[in-house]
Amino acid sequence: MADLLNSPAAWGLALVQGLLFLLAAPLLTAWVRRVKARLQNRRGAPLLQPYRDLYKLFAKEAMVARTTSGLFLAAPYIVFGSTLLAGAVVPLLAVNLPTAAIADVIVLAGFFALGRFFLTLAGMDAGTAFGGMGASREMLVSALAEPALLMAVFTLAMTAHSTNLSSVVAYQLDAGLVLRPSYLFALLGLVLVAIAETGRIPVDNPATHLELTMIHEAMILEYSGRHLALMEGAAQLKLMIYGVLISNIFFPWGIATEFTPAALLLGLVAITAKLALLGVLLAVAETVLAKMRLFRAPEFLNMALLFSVLGLLSHVILEVGA
Amino acid sequence: MSRFDWLPDFLAKLEDASITAPCGPASGGTPASLLVVDAADWGRVASVAISFNCRLAGLWGDQREGKIMLFCCLERQGDYLLLRTAVPLSHPELPSHTFWFPSADRLERHARDLLGVIFTRHPDSRRWTRHRAWPETDYPLRSDFPAAGRRTTKTPQDEEYPFLRAKGTGVYEIPVGPVHAGIIEPGHFRFQAVGEEVLNLEERLGYLHKGIEKIAVGRDSAGLARLAGRVSGDSTVAHAWAACQAMERAAGIEPPPRGLALRALLAERERIANHLGDIGAICNDVGFAFALYQFSRLREIWQRRSAELFGHRLLMDRVVPGGVGVDLESNGSLSLREDHRLLRKELNGLFDILEDHPSLEDRLLTTGRLTAESARSLGSLGYVGKASGQGFDVRHNNPYAPYDRMEVAVPVFEEGDVAARVRVRMEEVRISLDLLDCLLAGLPAGEVRQEMPSLISSAEGVGFVEGWRGEIITYVRFDGEGRVARFFPRDPSWFTWPALERIVLGNIVPDFPVCNKSVNGSYSGHDL
Repeated sequence: MADLLNSPAAWGLALVQGLLFLLAAPLLTAWVRRVKARLQNRRGAPLLQPYRDLYKLFAKEAMVARTTSGLFLAAPYIVFGSTLLAGAVVPLLAVNLPTAAIADVIVLAGFFALGRFFLTLAGMDAGTAFGGMGASREMLVSALAEPALLMAVFTLAMTAHSTNLSSVVAYQLDAGLVLRPSYLFALLGLVLVAIAETGRIPVDNPATHLELTMIHEAMILEYSGRHLALMEGAAQLKLMIYGVLISNIFFPWGIATEFTPAALLLGLVAITAKLALLGVLLAVAETVLAKMRLFRAPEFLNMALLFSVLGLLSHVILEVGA
Repeated sequence: MSRFDWLPDFLAKLEDASITAPCGPASGGTPASLLVVDAADWGRVASVAISFNCRLAGLWGDQREGKIMLFCCLERQGDYLLLRTAVPLSHPELPSHTFWFPSADRLERHARDLLGVIFTRHPDSRRWTRHRAWPETDYPLRSDFPAAGRRTTKTPQDEEYPFLRAKGTGVYEIPVGPVHAGIIEPGHFRFQAVGEEVLNLEERLGYLHKGIEKIAVGRDSAGLARLAGRVSGDSTVAHAWAACQAMERAAGIEPPPRGLALRALLAERERIANHLGDIGAICNDVGFAFALYQFSRLREIWQRRSAELFGHRLLMDRVVPGGVGVDLESNGSLSLREDHRLLRKELNGLFDILEDHPSLEDRLLTTGRLTAESARSLGSLGYVGKASGQGFDVRHNNPYAPYDRMEVAVPVFEEGDVAARVRVRMEEVRISLDLLDCLLAGLPAGEVRQEMPSLISSAEGVGFVEGWRGEIITYVRFDGEGRVARFFPRDPSWFTWPALERIVLGNIVPDFPVCNKSVNGSYSGHDL
């Protein structure tokens, strides 16, 4: 194991995994949209559409409002970069990659927080009413979502005795299929957090054109061209990260533990299948639900927090020493 | 109940207030009484009218030679009473009605902006329809103002418009529009909000002013019908019908029964198409896209059938003076009934989903409430009024042919929230489908159109039609050469836009779009 950690092949694999995150993220978004369209009796856009959109945006001129500062220009790169780094620490195909050393859940939350910090600042930078509104709403959501996220993953960490994502996944694999009430609660908590954090219905509506109802879209309203492409790319990455997090922590089976081509291929097939299924579930949920009133969002996230705390408690009460 | 049984009491009350006003039937075939009032008594008549629980249904001016005639249309128990007065062009001043009828506010500002009538004691001196592109002394609707407009220098900024400002810590202002993110008409909304709660909303409309009243002048009857069909594209049948009704009353003719039945058929088709679109769009504004696509699909099928059978998706220019421009072929009647059956079946399933969807209910119930009191004082009718306890429907309360031979049910709810406005629409779609079947079953044979007299000289008429948004009142006057001298279509939106300002009070900012959509006022019909 130790030699693997330092071998160039392993680093190469870690790099490939990061690239895969980058390349596959638009596909997941497209998949969710496609399934949603089918559920609404529409044909929907082809799966390559988000790639085309990104390509188009990169080719377009980026308009920047006169009232903005340098922060506005820097934010897309920081937001995209931090999200990409967050993606790099989440085990996608294989565990025990060299990046596993920093694959810590607190690091992950930190990357997200960094991205959000600059995203909200950029939202307010142009000085429009919508950007400020979006930023304040984003903070309302994230102030509650972050602790719930940490709590949910801590529940798992307590079982695995590590906050390292790679170790958590490895522990899960070793322990086999054990039904733990704490995991169930943590899963529920994490799903709710993921919905809120990725701006999906019922918390936010990624497809709306109504400025007054937006959260995430309101913050990036002033962006265009490559800046908008980066912001959109970051949002797609975030959805992918949460999808992989839920898939691989709670259902890690299939992920490669050794770096043979067969194992890696199995890992790829497994994660594709898991994400595809998760995408369908998300699309179904978004189809049958209407968006909540904004002031219900804290209740929704309190529920996530409650689930996560219940997970922690049930771990302490039922599982410790058992 | 006989027509106008309250009028003698009303006249007696006027006499008590020592107001002498000769009263008689309105000219032509207009089913209304006309009361000629002295300009000085204009305000006092309003005070008597409000004590009689009259509703102000319209107000417009009309320049004739050296004076401006002012009309005010009142309604009580389904009876229309026209008030008329004259003020000299050199000094066009008369008391404002706004103190008694809040609904008169914007109509008076409109008359002031376009004709230069001065309403004394009017609470709002800001310009409304006439934005800054016109100099202070230009009144575009006066006869000395050219229809092509005057070439002016660059339009000054409209920054000066003093919106009502809220002061205090944490209060902030959100300007929205006039250009919006969706493909919708332009209008400006200014919010004062604390956190997410709306303290005040002020509308600024008029961006879609097309000078419809001005370019109507000089047209013949066919030309006016075409223009009326473009007052508001989604209400093309209703507006064209109201204008044609007014012209036919001025000319003293009645279209043949088959023509009238077909007009009603077209009007009900328009109502159903728009209600279907609205129901879907309201659901979409709370993130329930499923309903949008389902109802858009039904609406699309419906409009394609309109194009197949009547030659136009929106039924534009199908209503013409003297009748209708298209006939329904004999097998069309059969296929339409099959359409209705299929639509009913689909709607039963969809309406069940909407009525029994907890997450939708959570968003629509209690959101955007308009009290019955507000609806009454603002004169809001149509689905907005019907959702707030105002059960007026021209087809029911003052039925015009062919509705005079039919029983039109009027759905009324008391809640006044977005959910109630959706329910009114759902009920109206069902009722309209029944009306359509009824119309097809009793479709008279014969001509669909009667020739208009070649010269309608110096005559006037008022049309009253229930469009899908509510009551439309259209005034038409012909000059001595048989050309249109004045055209004023009063769209229902005049009384639902002010309602929106009250509806959003105390709601949260992100609920404004769904409130707005549930009212769905016409910008074009209002800005004219």
